Amino acid sequence: MIEVRGLCKSFGDVTAVRDVSFTVPDGDLLVLVGGSGSGKTTTLKMVNRLIEPTSGAVRIDDQDARALPDHLLRRRIGYVFQKVGLFPHLTVFDNIAIPLRLLGRPASEIRERVNELLDLVELDRSLAFRRPQALSGGQEQRVGVARGLAARPKILLLDEPFGALDPLVRDRLQQSFLQLRRSLGFTGIFVTHDMAEALLLADRIAVMQDGVLVQIGTPPELLKFPANPYVERLLETPRRQARTFDALAGAKP
Amino acid sequence: MTAHLQLALLALLIGIVVSVPLGVVISRVRWLEHPVLGLASIVQTVPSLALLAIMVPLLALLGLPSIGFLPAFIALTLYSVLPVLRNTVTGLAGVDPALIEAARGVGMTKRQQLWQVELPLAMPVLIAGVRTATVWTVGMATLSTPVGAPSLGNYIFSGLQTRNLNSVLVGCVAAALLALTLDALVRLIAAGWEHQRRSLLLPALAVLSGLYLYAGVTLGRTLSPTREREIVIGAKTFTEQYILSEILARQITHRTGLAARVAQSLGSTVAFDALRTGGIDAYVDYSGTIWATVMHREPGPPREEVLRGVESYLEGTHDIKMAGSLGFENAYALAMRRDKAEALGVRTISDVVPHASEMTIGGDYEFFQRAEWKTIRDRYGIGFKTERSMDPSLMYQAVANGSVDMISAFSTDGRIAAYDLVLIEDDKGAIPPYDAIVLVGKKAGGRADVLNALQELSGTIDAEAMRRMNLAVDAEKQHPATVAQSFLDSLWTNKR
Repeated sequence: MIEVRGLCKSFGDVTAVRDVSFTVPDGDLLVLVGGSGSGKTTTLKMVNRLIEPTSGAVRIDDQDARALPDHLLRRRIGYVFQKVGLFPHLTVFDNIAIPLRLLGRPASEIRERVNELLDLVELDRSLAFRRPQALSGGQEQRVGVARGLAARPKILLLDEPFGALDPLVRDRLQQSFLQLRRSLGFTGIFVTHDMAEALLLADRIAVMQDGVLVQIGTPPELLKFPANPYVERLLETPRRQARTFDALAGAKP
Repeated sequence: MTAHLQLALLALLIGIVVSVPLGVVISRVRWLEHPVLGLASIVQTVPSLALLAIMVPLLALLGLPSIGFLPAFIALTLYSVLPVLRNTVTGLAGVDPALIEAARGVGMTKRQQLWQVELPLAMPVLIAGVRTATVWTVGMATLSTPVGAPSLGNYIFSGLQTRNLNSVLVGCVAAALLALTLDALVRLIAAGWEHQRRSLLLPALAVLSGLYLYAGVTLGRTLSPTREREIVIGAKTFTEQYILSEILARQITHRTGLAARVAQSLGSTVAFDALRTGGIDAYVDYSGTIWATVMHREPGPPREEVLRGVESYLEGTHDIKMAGSLGFENAYALAMRRDKAEALGVRTISDVVPHASEMTIGGDYEFFQRAEWKTIRDRYGIGFKTERSMDPSLMYQAVANGSVDMISAFSTDGRIAAYDLVLIEDDKGAIPPYDAIVLVGKKAGGRADVLNALQELSGTIDAEAMRRMNLAVDAEKQHPATVAQSFLDSLWTNKR
């Protein structure tokens, strides 16, 4: 369980996040949605202390996030980066193995686990000894997800993991991700600017605007009762696409 | 070659060991970047030869061995710092911040971030810095000859001096090959490491560690206490000194059985300081040089008086013994082309005075700074149009081909006759007498056998003999050691 209470972050005079509170129950996926500069990524990074909050608190499984040295906290939480964040000087295998090595797992266990993870994210095992540069964007992001899951974290944080991918690849990865969630059942926070993605993946959606959390609810709740015009506008895009699609399909003889 | 390798490899190693951690610290503590990199850049702008030269008085001031390995090693190390330091900083700064965040994100500590992510990613830039430093250091090591550290520069300096082009080429080509070899090794190691190719990495590492082992062992042997029993003979940077130092060294070995080594191409004052501080044990200097440069006395007294004055001064003030004078003078003397002198009707320096404002004079590196030159100007009221410092080996050629009108020649130089130059008489006695004298430092001075061996040389070389030997090297391209040996052979035969 992740509990966020009154989280604020200022960079100099600029307040990036203002008094954000929410709770993610065990096994739930919360999707943070918002435009660029809305504070969604900053909020995510405060959860595993990549960014230290100016004020407010994060509790993970009823323990204050500040109770542990920050690097030990991060080893318990999987993280998938927006820009993939694979290390170019390491092979796919070594990249996935990093969290396990940091935890001091024996080599034989690491080998087994990495192979298992490659299967899990549907990557061919023959790719294990390639460098990340030799992979396609979709493959890279699968490696990123595998690394995030490597140490079997109870909590996974994802920062726009599929943002830079083309629609087909993105769709496939989203489907894989849904499947992973069903089989692994981790608790997660997923950041995206794409409302369609949020509606597809989320148990609950939190919409952020200018550093403030404006609405939090399940996808049906949001669709039925958008809290303000901004949320409405965000929902309008997937809705219009669906209507256009239906209209075109219906018009066919 | 061995000495060159020792110098360059050790300086590089220490340079890297110092500058990589320093670079890491700088990239953590940003405000240090400008002062530290600035300082390193200033060191770099000091001409390499000057940096080496400045180490000698600096180390002497600190009471450390100021001649030989140490000054060269320190100067080279300083020189190798900047490229490695700068590239370490640049390399670390060039690491994508997203990757550093990723490293933090997976739970690495600061130290793990540095070792597992930042340094490996900065490595290509860092290696480029190491390669630059390698080439610089190997090249600059040739310049350590004048501070008494043997290197491939010995071939270059003595070759230039004795106009032995082959020797210069040997020095240059060997230094270049060494630089290329080391550079290639570093490149192989970097490539092998980057592509995880053991077949590339291991042999290259093995060769490099072999070189280091070799350099370390040989260096250990040179610096080990057995070296205490070795006698080191100094030589300044001209032909006569090369020959005389060989004569001294061989004479000592022949008479006492001690090993004797020659430290060639020392600067004039470097040689004296080295003797004073024990860096060398003996060398040949000239009474007038000590009189004017070390004792700061005016010229004037006759030859004998200067000689005795110098002897008692050295003995009393510096604990340096004079093991006799060799029997000839090598005076500074102004020289010009015979045809030019005759055309102007010039025989004495006084005759030159009215023409001087139209004339250019060339002198060796130290001449225009020396007390003698000041005295000449004061006594004669003479002022030349231009004063030009040049390498003594090129000076004679310069006056012969008319690039300069007059030079500060050495009276025993074989090239005076070879180029048909005439010496201009010092009619007002501005230049002191320059008897060649054998000076012996504290260590060797305490050994009767060494002193005896050197005293045996007293009065055995007259000006004519010295000129012939100089000419044999300068014009006939004989090796100084060969000339020295044949002189000694006849000396030993006659004594028997």
